[in-house]
Amino acid sequence: MTGPLLPHLRRALVTLCGLGLLWQVVVWTTQAPPYILPGPLLVLRTVGERADFLATHAWVTAAEIVLGLLLGTLLGVLSAILIHQSRPARRWLFPILVISQAIPVFAIAPVLVLWLGYGMASKVAMATLIIYFPVTASFLDGLRRTETGWLDLAVTMTDGDPRRAWAILWHIRVPAALPALASGLRVAAAVAPIGAVVGEWVGASEGLGYVMLHANGRMRIDLMFAALLVLALFAVALYFIVDRLLRLALPWQADSAPADDATPPTRTHP
Amino acid sequence: MSDGEGPSMADGRAPDVRIRGVTLRHGDRILFEDLSVTLPAGEITCLLGLSGIGKSSLLRLVAGLGPALERGAIEAGDGRPLKGRIAYMDQRDLLLPWLDVLDNVTLGARLRGDPANRGSARNLLRDVGLSGREGDPPAVLSGGMRQRAALARTLMEDRPIVLMDEPFSALDALTRLRLQDLAGRLLAGRTVLLVTHDPIEAVRLGHRIHVMAGLPARIAAAMTLSGDPPRDPTREESTARYRELMAYLGRSGPAPARECAE
Repeated sequence: MTGPLLPHLRRALVTLCGLGLLWQVVVWTTQAPPYILPGPLLVLRTVGERADFLATHAWVTAAEIVLGLLLGTLLGVLSAILIHQSRPARRWLFPILVISQAIPVFAIAPVLVLWLGYGMASKVAMATLIIYFPVTASFLDGLRRTETGWLDLAVTMTDGDPRRAWAILWHIRVPAALPALASGLRVAAAVAPIGAVVGEWVGASEGLGYVMLHANGRMRIDLMFAALLVLALFAVALYFIVDRLLRLALPWQADSAPADDATPPTRTHP
Repeated sequence: MSDGEGPSMADGRAPDVRIRGVTLRHGDRILFEDLSVTLPAGEITCLLGLSGIGKSSLLRLVAGLGPALERGAIEAGDGRPLKGRIAYMDQRDLLLPWLDVLDNVTLGARLRGDPANRGSARNLLRDVGLSGREGDPPAVLSGGMRQRAALARTLMEDRPIVLMDEPFSALDALTRLRLQDLAGRLLAGRTVLLVTHDPIEAVRLGHRIHVMAGLPARIAAAMTLSGDPPRDPTREESTARYRELMAYLGRSGPAPARECAE
């Protein structure tokens, strides 16, 4: 996002206000009781009244998500490099990669809680697991699609010496694959909260997922919505922070500016 | 080091490159068969022909980028291996967009794990008219500037043999003329194979011109030109050679090779 931030925020605020208004209209027209569908104003009031309580639990969930994101990214990047560079790793790791995506994360959440306990570890593992596939698959795809002209150039520069394969990987293949990795990380930032919250639903004593489940059980739907709102705001903020950091880190990426505020590069005559 | 004519070649005089009886197939299609040609030492040899005739495939074989040779040999006239003595320049500039111009020019050293001689790189960039643009990313350079940076990167390799695959074909006419002048001066003393489909470029830059035509492709005997490139295209000999080439290209098809002129 190379353009000014203000118009984006303004658009986001207008959209949120519109959705909130629609929500309130539904509450008014259906006359739904607050324990079925609380209105947005009630939810906002609950957020204000229980801010400390929500912040304490939000901090736990945020830590789980960020740690899961870091760990999943690290494992995904290392796996993609190993799968790309080593034939045995390709044979052994690739099935694990596919299995990690084939098994629904919801199905193994209870097992992870059983193995890793009710604390943060099982939730971090869930977030890690849910982002492992998108990160690995996108980075691997990027590593495989290096511009052949760059590789030809590298082969002539290194005289085809197989000992320089890692140098070619480090100096050409990895940087060329970073835009693909960035796509994977954007998906990861969007889905990591799901992993952490599912883990909290299965078994936890803290975190926004725990708050939602607990409030739902006690018919405190306003508190449940308040926790959901905080979680949604955090997830959206996380996505935009990751997106902005990636754009700053990869200014050379062809699509690093959105179409509506892209500025063409300076062209200078020879 | 650079004095306006590029770096000196570290391992002495450029050798002949002898291509002897090579064959290349793409599936069932024989691109060329038992093809032989010699690139004389220290001269620019232009390989001229229509697109898709197999010029670039031959160049890639010399560069070691093609499939293994099923027949024939490609060797240096001095008996030493070609490996480590070839620099390659493509039609596309192939600049890495995440590196600035200076880092692109010194890419080869980094890939080989050698210390990059940034002073030489700066001198070469000055020679190609890119002083002050060392820190720029390729995205802010024009097409001509990018190809000049690619030429500097090729010369930075300091190899006695240079293979160029239609290096200026994507540029506008004026920029192409300027870059041909630059390349003609800076490549002096190297054994160069320049693949092109542009007869004017061949006349401007070549010491010798071979026309490649037919399927399987044959290479005609060399047309030799007097004087050193870059040649004035309006000179009488240049225009005469250009007319000869155009006439030959107009006639050439799958016909057997013939001598254009000597």
